[in-house]
Amino acid sequence: MLASSTSTSHADPRAAPAPAMDAQGLVRHYGRRRALDGVSLALEPGECLALFGPNGAGKTTLLRVLAGLLRPQAGTVRVGGVTLAGDAEARAQVGLVSHQSMLYAALTVRENLVFTARLYGVSQPARAAEAALERLRVLDRAESTVRSLSRGLQQRVSIARAIVHQPRVVLLDEPYTGLDEVGAAALTAALTELAAHGVAMILVTHNLAEGLALATHAAIMRDGQIVRSEPRAAVEPARYAAQYRELLTSVVASGSMTEVTSGV
Amino acid sequence: MASSAVGSQRGPGLLAAAWLVARKDLAIEFRTRSAFFSALVFALLAVVIFFFAWDATAVSSLDLAPGVLWVIFTFSGLLGLNRSFSLEQADRAVDALLAAPVEREAIFLGKAFANLVFVLAVQAFAIPAVALFYNVPLGGVWPALAGIAVLAAVGLVCVGTLFSAMAVNTRLAELLLPMLALPFFVPIVMPAAQVTARLLAGRPMAEAWPWLRILLGFDLVFLVACTLAFPYTLEE
Repeated sequence: MLASSTSTSHADPRAAPAPAMDAQGLVRHYGRRRALDGVSLALEPGECLALFGPNGAGKTTLLRVLAGLLRPQAGTVRVGGVTLAGDAEARAQVGLVSHQSMLYAALTVRENLVFTARLYGVSQPARAAEAALERLRVLDRAESTVRSLSRGLQQRVSIARAIVHQPRVVLLDEPYTGLDEVGAAALTAALTELAAHGVAMILVTHNLAEGLALATHAAIMRDGQIVRSEPRAAVEPARYAAQYRELLTSVVASGSMTEVTSGV
Repeated sequence: MASSAVGSQRGPGLLAAAWLVARKDLAIEFRTRSAFFSALVFALLAVVIFFFAWDATAVSSLDLAPGVLWVIFTFSGLLGLNRSFSLEQADRAVDALLAAPVEREAIFLGKAFANLVFVLAVQAFAIPAVALFYNVPLGGVWPALAGIAVLAAVGLVCVGTLFSAMAVNTRLAELLLPMLALPFFVPIVMPAAQVTARLLAGRPMAEAWPWLRILLGFDLVFLVACTLAFPYTLEE
């Protein structure tokens, strides 16, 4: 795992299998504001990068670029060694989850998943939908409309939607928002299982405890750059929380940040 | 769990993806029927209001009916077009759609097709209502009238779908869509109303042909231009 804000050379891709996802020198502006400032990262199968940072640090922009929703003004994203830009097959290897469900409230859970599976060209969409719902333990609600589900159940269905096409990489943008403790625990269990099956994940969250519980690596973003990145094993949660708070305080002092929950 | 290799999965082709999007939109509308009923109630109320405002001694029904018909089609269509992308914005379903390995043109074509079905469904009720209130004999002209309605609807939904996608991210989407779309509706509605007037008056088809050519021309232009422009409306 590598995460930084500088360009990094890689080994010959013929010599080693390509990472699940890697990005090099990503730059993205919104007008004059630089939301991403040369971000690079690489993620191996089964790895989970927990990405922390104040509001406005560029975390969501990074995920949107990695998901192919936004085009970077510079830099490249590769999935399994294939460039994401303009390549439908590479896009099909990425799943996206956010704090909003990205589901159609008027459709049933099953209809939502079958629709997504068909969009991704899954050969047996109904079967794939059932398998994903089974994995997230929401198969018994398959015929319910999404609007009739609780927030926690909707979030589990949203993850089932994101994995129905069996992606290599799942990008999670604050998936714990609005979940109660039971819902959060169920979500953590589901994500842990995904990682065990070799799915690489990037988890953006404000909550250090939830992020570090899943992570194999932790990184902090600020002002469009990854300012700190290390393996989870090297992170001592209480100390990390203190350092993180210190960083956020300095951001508050500079007037570019709003809120955070440490949770550790 | 993860696929063994990139390239093992391919999204559907352009038309297949468009059909998936259209079917999904129609399923949602069929389930909720909110936009259809709003448009239908608007259309029927408009027919009634125009009827009571009509002075039969000053304007003949055959002169008034085409105008009433196309005013109703235009504004009732906007009600459905407004909803086309607002249903994608709720819970950001649009992000999942855009992240999928389908061409953005397919999303446009799917949305436009669903909107076309919506507009035609409203027309199917509005045309008999206008014929009934204004005592317009549809007898032999209804197939030609239905054809004109379909041709004009194609142009309207192309423009409307494009501007619906542009307006949906703004705070004043419901105001912005009519302001953006209505000027572009003119080259569609004007020839459609002219052809309708000639059809209802029993004039020879040769008289309507120049207007029909304008309608066909703008249909083609709007279909191609809107399909090509659509991906850029989704860029942030």
